[in-house]
Amino acid sequence: MYSFDLVRPTSMEDAVAALGQEDSQPLSGGQTLIPTLKQRLAMPSTLVSLSAIAELKGVSVDGNTLTIGGGTTHAEVAAEAGAYPGLAALAGQIGDPAVRNRGTIGGSLANNDPSACYPAAALGSGATIVTNTREVAADDYFQGMFATALEENEIVTAVKFPIPEKAAYIKFQQPASRFALVGVFVSKGADGVRVAVTGASNDGVFRWSEAEEALNGNFAADAVEALSAPSGADMISDLHGSGDYRAHLVKVMTKRAVAKANG
Amino acid sequence: MAEVTMKVNGKSVTKSVKGNTLMTEFLRDELRLTGTHVGCDTSQCGACTIHVNGKQVKACTMFAGECDGAEIGTIEGQAAPDGTLNAIQAAFKEYHGLQCGFCTPGMVMAASSLLKDNPKPTEAEVRHHLEGNICRCTGYHNIVRAILAASGQDVPAVAAE
Ligand SMILES: Cc1cc2nc3c(=O)[nH]c(=O)nc-3n(C[C@H](O)[C@H](O)[C@H](O)COP(=O)(O)OP(=O)(O)OC[C@H]3O[C@@H](n4cnc5c(N)ncnc54)[C@H](O)[C@@H]3O)c2cc1C
Ligand code: FES
Ligand code: FES
Repeated sequence: MYSFDLVRPTSMEDAVAALGQEDSQPLSGGQTLIPTLKQRLAMPSTLVSLSAIAELKGVSVDGNTLTIGGGTTHAEVAAEAGAYPGLAALAGQIGDPAVRNRGTIGGSLANNDPSACYPAAALGSGATIVTNTREVAADDYFQGMFATALEENEIVTAVKFPIPEKAAYIKFQQPASRFALVGVFVSKGADGVRVAVTGASNDGVFRWSEAEEALNGNFAADAVEALSAPSGADMISDLHGSGDYRAHLVKVMTKRAVAKANG
Repeated sequence: MAEVTMKVNGKSVTKSVKGNTLMTEFLRDELRLTGTHVGCDTSQCGACTIHVNGKQVKACTMFAGECDGAEIGTIEGQAAPDGTLNAIQAAFKEYHGLQCGFCTPGMVMAASSLLKDNPKPTEAEVRHHLEGNICRCTGYHNIVRAILAASGQDVPAVAAE
């Protein structure tokens, strides 16, 4: 690793001030950033740890909205987001217990890895990403692999999820990393059905609109069976699977997610 | 450099650390607690598993500066001061849960956090909990048996798959 200073502010105000310095970068759980720093793919002069900021942590429910602080760990979401079981289950399947004790929802959404789980939940629920300066709808937030609507050093402070009537996430896990080879999050809420796919596309997480249309008519695995799988041409092709294989998995995982949501 | 104070296996320590000092480096190089192993240094293998405020984390993927004020548990704090092994360590010995022993400190630390939250896990729960701990030698069966035995349950004759 290159050398840098680590600061640990206890308030958002101090964090924002520290991030105003040149070449500073936020550090949350570090489960993505520390491996990146070890590979010398980033060279911050100051890392601003968000882990001591109490206001970034916790899960709360207000009416039909579940709000998760940006610094809340995957383990905390798994344990405390019982009001939204499909989301709690997704958090409980990320990585392994040690990763879940450190990794956070804010870090995962800021990073927007094309194979990460939370982007599917946020897009598939129609969540709102709250930052220190504004609120962004999930539909506008994800902008391709590792790209988001965040400005430099804008901090994800919370994520607001409307709690749907039914939802489930199924991932076909890449067995070594436990990331999604393909993961599909399906929800049926007040504004209709959403189907969000992670792990598959070269453009990152996306909504499979044909499946949404079919499921709005009939929320059953059979409705997906009748569709043809999306095209594999724009899908990720690597040693773990070809684009066509991933496209095939999108359909299979969508069927399973609908069956699980109807569970 | 910044000063950090933490409790390691019950003892308070205060040291100056650099921003990029990892907990593995802090424990092994500064405190000479070399039981926390570095198998991969890429967050994959779990040999470096320690407890921070009672929760298992990968010491190679956490900075020492983030542990200021924390209670740290390492493999060195598991046995009694006179060297008597704790129940998990004794079960690893009894059930041949180790061969070369390189992964063992991480396995024991992971197992102890599992049993704290779930004192009577099923075999499937043990295997699920060990997803982040890699062993090159044992094939895992005897590790799973040791953890089930340490939880006071009957140990099934786990068949080779
Ligand atoms: C072995 C292993 C297995 C994993 N398996 C999975 C898996 O199955 N599914 C999955 O989805 N993920 C998986 N991950 C990734 C894990 O979930 C990470 O925790 C997550 O991607 C990043 O969150 P973090 O809090 O650790 O962020 P960090 O690593 O601290 O930060 C990541 C990036 O986001 C920025 N950042 C952090 N917090 C904020 C914030 N609040 N606002 C703005 N920017 C911020 C940082 O500057 C950095 O660029 C795995 C990781 C490991 C090591
Ligand atoms: S050395 Fe930390 S996970 Fe391998
Ligand atoms: S006993 Fe050798 S790696 Fe597990």
